[in-house]
Amino acid sequence: MNQTVPLKDHSREQSLFLSRVIASAVIVLLLTFVLVGRLYQLQVVEYQQFAELSQGNRLRIEPLPPTRGLIFDRNGVVLAENLPTWELIVTPEEVPDIEYTLDSLESLGLVDSDERADLTELIRSHRGFERVNLRNLDDEQAAKFAVRRHHYPGVDIREGLVRHYPFGEVAAHALGYVARISREDLDRIERSEYAGTSSIGKTGVERTYESLLHGSVGYRQQVVNAQGRILLDPAVNNPIAVDNDTQAGLETRWPTPGDNLILSLDIRLQRAAEEAMEGMRGAAVAIDPATGDVLAFVSSPSFDLNRFSLGLSQADFRALNSDPDKPLFNRALTGSYPPGSVVKPFLGLAALDYGVVDADHRAMCPGYFQLPGHSHRYRDWKQQGHGLMDLHHAIVESCDVYYYQLAVSLGIDQIAEFMSTFGFGAATGLDIMGERRGVVPSREWKRSQFSRREDQVWFPGETVITGIGQGFTLVTPLQLAHANATLASRGARFRPRLLIGTENGVTGEEAMLEPESLPGIEIADEHWERIHGAMLGVTEEVGGSARRVMLGAPYRVAGKTGTAQVFSLAQDEKYDAESIDANLRDHGLFIAFAPAEAPTISIAAVVENRGGGSVTAAPIVRTLLDTYFEEADYVAR
Amino acid sequence: MSLGSLEMGSVPELSLKPFRIRSLVIDVPLLVTLLAVMGIGFVVLYSAIGGSTGLIIRQGIRVFVALMAFLVVAQIPPRVLRMWTPWMYFIGVGLLFLVLFRGTVGQGAQRWLDLGFVRFQPSELLKLAVPMMVAWYMHERRLPPTFAQLLIVFVVVAVPAVLIARQPDLGTSLLVVAAGGLAIMFAGISVKMLSVFAVLGMGSAPVLWHFMREYQRARVMTFLNPETDPLGAGYNIIQSKIALGSGGLFGKGWLNGTQAHLEFLPERSTDFIFAVMGEEFGMLGLLLLLALYLVLVGRGLLIAVQAQDTFTRLLAGSLTLTFFVYVFVNAGMVCGLLPIVGVPLPLVSAGGTSMVTLMAGFGMLAAIQGNRKLLAP
Repeated sequence: MNQTVPLKDHSREQSLFLSRVIASAVIVLLLTFVLVGRLYQLQVVEYQQFAELSQGNRLRIEPLPPTRGLIFDRNGVVLAENLPTWELIVTPEEVPDIEYTLDSLESLGLVDSDERADLTELIRSHRGFERVNLRNLDDEQAAKFAVRRHHYPGVDIREGLVRHYPFGEVAAHALGYVARISREDLDRIERSEYAGTSSIGKTGVERTYESLLHGSVGYRQQVVNAQGRILLDPAVNNPIAVDNDTQAGLETRWPTPGDNLILSLDIRLQRAAEEAMEGMRGAAVAIDPATGDVLAFVSSPSFDLNRFSLGLSQADFRALNSDPDKPLFNRALTGSYPPGSVVKPFLGLAALDYGVVDADHRAMCPGYFQLPGHSHRYRDWKQQGHGLMDLHHAIVESCDVYYYQLAVSLGIDQIAEFMSTFGFGAATGLDIMGERRGVVPSREWKRSQFSRREDQVWFPGETVITGIGQGFTLVTPLQLAHANATLASRGARFRPRLLIGTENGVTGEEAMLEPESLPGIEIADEHWERIHGAMLGVTEEVGGSARRVMLGAPYRVAGKTGTAQVFSLAQDEKYDAESIDANLRDHGLFIAFAPAEAPTISIAAVVENRGGGSVTAAPIVRTLLDTYFEEADYVAR
Repeated sequence: MSLGSLEMGSVPELSLKPFRIRSLVIDVPLLVTLLAVMGIGFVVLYSAIGGSTGLIIRQGIRVFVALMAFLVVAQIPPRVLRMWTPWMYFIGVGLLFLVLFRGTVGQGAQRWLDLGFVRFQPSELLKLAVPMMVAWYMHERRLPPTFAQLLIVFVVVAVPAVLIARQPDLGTSLLVVAAGGLAIMFAGISVKMLSVFAVLGMGSAPVLWHFMREYQRARVMTFLNPETDPLGAGYNIIQSKIALGSGGLFGKGWLNGTQAHLEFLPERSTDFIFAVMGEEFGMLGLLLLLALYLVLVGRGLLIAVQAQDTFTRLLAGSLTLTFFVYVFVNAGMVCGLLPIVGVPLPLVSAGGTSMVTLMAGFGMLAAIQGNRKLLAP
């Protein structure tokens, strides 16, 4: 083979290679010399110092966990705090047989069998002398263990802190909960920061602002003897036969508590809304249009946050998770609903803005609508028809035929373009995780959504029903409240937010955050005026669909009712697929802002399967608004 | 292995090294030194794991498998090895892709391929395949390599290195780069080009930083200043320095290391076993171990010098120096000269795969030495 390359000069290559070998041998020797030098420095020159460190005082480092930050509502009411509790702890290296011990704790009912794998992993992830918190115990459980303590070398109970939510179920989906650090969590945290901590924010604000709330871990050095027994712990201060020099050298770094959070929520409003929604499935979101502050964030039914922080057994979690009413499902953030007629103010605005209709444009409503050349009749909810309709009355009375016509004139792509500017079809950017984007259908959306060619075609009839918020369109309650706030503020947009400020855990110094404005919407003032007027009509004019509910209110409300047919819910990730038969009734929706002349609050409410918005969602909004305006000490921060 | 059982075979001009015992190729100086190092490793490991017999038996099995790997590989003529090289390389890279998409995750990194009966780290295969591939590529070409050839070699090394770094396994990735780079160094790359690549390498540091996971960055930062994080990454360095330093010149004696036995020292049986040895056997013990390592390196370089074609020369040289890189990186990290990268102490640390790979590499050295044809002077 070598002969095929005539230019190979063997002796030259060999000598080149030899020189390289010699060079590398020299480098190897040099590096070895460096190593030996380093060993000489450590083991001979600094021997005395290290020998003392290892022999005289064996220092052990004990982590000191930081105190988790508190959470307040906008008026300073405590929403999350830390209460004393009992912790079941284990020191792995002192336990003769971990598996046996866990078995036996399990038979006492102190450890849950489903958590065994997690616990074993948790123990493994710590160094042998580090104490691991297995779970929180109530007084009864602590007493039960205390009398048997001598059976369990290496296992003990100690006082600790547990997260407590004074309002229990209230605002559960906004606050979120903390629970024991899981294997997945271990991958997203700096383990040493959590050396003494056993729980972590899992959902909601507790999760988003975990790094603010957690604080920073401290440590203290302890002196232990050759068997590892603690001789001196500066924090406990029980010196046993240790000379002063040793004691003086011990180092302690106190932990820094986490920051306190100030939320935009108003707990009075929140409670009023949750009480009003008692027994219903649905959601309500209230937003301040001038800042994006989320004043209330309700998903009903809710669940007790304290069950999670105390340590929910897997069986209890499964029960909660398989509840047909889905209390863990965050409807406000992730429930995707067909909006029904609440899209009408937006589409009306679009028609004015694009010049498709003018204010005086009238159309005849015979009770049904037909596309030219098609026989299919799209029905109005009012069988006999509304008669001659203009834009104003089509909103006030919620005429479907007028909007079928309007949607066809606008065309699906203009509708999609306009709805997107209000934030539909995209995450609003609220500061908790898992938000759904909803759907703003368009030709392009349909092409990308379906794989089969024949499914990708956009049909004219699909544009027609988009005009009344049916068909493919899906929105979340949060998106509705957000878009409605934009409507209220005539195009000024702010990112919805729960966190409005922080308070330093040490100094108590408050730092308020500026609202984050989003690109606004430029539309002529008269068009906003027209739509606001129509929405006011909904609650004030004869024939207005929310007039009855808002009668006698001491403030003026602009609103719009909506009713969504449930078969569309098949779009929604099969979330009540099993019970669909029992729940074929319509969803009711209502959006509103008030005071109508200078809005300071925007609300969207959705109630599942209880019929139209004027009788289900609108009363909830009424309760919310009454509470909001009653509140004499309400501060707009 | 008495001389009486020695058969002359078909090579009448037999030198004493290597032996051919019923045509079995063994490089005696290599094997004896390897056994000595592994023997020391066994003794230290026994202490490091606190005398657990179960673990010791498992390590014994690993040592046995590694020795078998050495013996089997030593019987493969380098000519055959060279023929297999591209296959090994491309299959190895293919497996790396596979591991990235379907591998098993262990401790936050995706390194393993589960074959049902055995879990296997393809990155280990590349530790051998990369230098082999570089040597294979240069074999029929004129040395020193041209710039275009260097670019090809660069790709040959970079592709698996990046894939391994993505797992993420920075330690192994660096070793693969070292193995490929050393092969090229032996191929006679000019000092000028070497410095060009060195500058490129330094330029890639920010890129490397980008690939690193949070814990890897923390390790580098902690290396620069260990005292900032005594609970986390800095803990390892501080404790291992205490263990080493308190061992002094003569050590505390076998099984008497307090740092190790009180479990102050992290990863005692794997990455930090050098510190256990330093604590119990002192500087003298470590010097003995280093001396044995140097014997292995010296023997390897000698084999490389005596090798008769480009492939075997480059391969032998690069395998030998990579072995030294292992030693230096591990020892350097334990005594605080280098940041902590997960590189075990070769032939001593517990853990099977890397030992099997190393011994297979030494098997290749033995094979290269054993298959020399005597040329007329």
